[in-house]
Amino acid sequence: MKAYINSISYYLPESTLTNQDLVKEFPEWSVEKVADKIGVRQRHIASGEETAGDMAVKAAQKLFVEHAIIPESIDFILFCTQSPDYFLPTTACIIQNKLGIPTTAGALDFNLGCSGYIYGLSLAKGLIFAGIAKNILLLTAETYSKYIHPLDKGNRSIFGDGASATLVSTEGFAEIGDFVLGTDGRGADNLIVRAGGARHPETENTVKADEGGALLSADHLYMNGSEIFNFTLRSVPPLVKETLTKNGLEMVDADLFVFHQANKYMLNSLRKLCAISQEAFYVDMEDLGNTVSSTIPIGLARVREKAIKGEKFNIVIIGFGVGYSWGGCVLKC
Amino acid sequence: MELQDFVKKFADQFDNTDPEEITASTRYQELEEWSSLTILVVITFVTTEYGKAVTGAELRSCETVEDLYNLIATK
Repeated sequence: MKAYINSISYYLPESTLTNQDLVKEFPEWSVEKVADKIGVRQRHIASGEETAGDMAVKAAQKLFVEHAIIPESIDFILFCTQSPDYFLPTTACIIQNKLGIPTTAGALDFNLGCSGYIYGLSLAKGLIFAGIAKNILLLTAETYSKYIHPLDKGNRSIFGDGASATLVSTEGFAEIGDFVLGTDGRGADNLIVRAGGARHPETENTVKADEGGALLSADHLYMNGSEIFNFTLRSVPPLVKETLTKNGLEMVDADLFVFHQANKYMLNSLRKLCAISQEAFYVDMEDLGNTVSSTIPIGLARVREKAIKGEKFNIVIIGFGVGYSWGGCVLKC
Repeated sequence: MELQDFVKKFADQFDNTDPEEITASTRYQELEEWSSLTILVVITFVTTEYGKAVTGAELRSCETVEDLYNLIATK
């Protein structure tokens, strides 16, 4: 039995935040220098009323149109988000109704960030191998922009909103190989929206700076950049190695590496540490920013758009981030 | 690892600071170019060059380049 990525589409909200926009808001800040390092010129930002659920629906509709897929064929929905429409019900249930997917389909949300797409593929593959479903609609959508404090220029320059839709099926263009997954909850405090959940239900309304000068507000997204950076330098090189080994591949057998597009500087540092050539390493986030769980599927969709067709083409996909959580897999195209 | 070599390589990490300006006694956090981004640059440098992890908090706790060298040497 095999499981495949059949098709991928993505959706980006209309409105954008450019570096020029950021310069206007923060005239004292060297936006160009920062943008050069992180490799982002603009980010798409969801409008006030547009939720991650709405964006996932639009991505799925694009998938259906672009790849001639009928909603009736879908028998499972997996929705990866950290910005659900409600505490309850499950956003995936609302999505089922909006897309006209049969009521006989299963549906669930799962909460992961930058590793989410890898985990979604692993769950979808499991559903196929267990004979539970045949056509799984794997959706990712994130609106971190709604979590970021307006004065938090660092995170505003990095993150963009976006959504993706992938059909995982018993046939397709990329066979889903074996997975390496990992978790380390000790990193929870380093990338967090602290208030609003059951642990701190009340809005805390405190804004201060952490010891490194990053904006720290319990109601908003907080990221300890240097800690996250150290986590990736420590975790990603062994993850890449183990993912290759688990799939019976050597470094030379990997034709393309699509890492989670965190930021250009981090990606280049990781590339060098992993000893991956520049040609085999995908970096494309100038017009998007870091779209969290959607960076890898957007990357795969763009790589496919460019129609890279080899006789055999191995793509190594690597996700890492909030949790901490990480995962890797090989796609055999 | 040797101090003079470390100072030279550390100085090379900066884009807009004359390497000659940086010596063992330089208080690097007072350099105009120093920022949260240079912290990431130095973290990468220490990891790739010496295979050791240095945290943002540690970089902020040291004063001079020599302090940083001593910290890394004990790791």
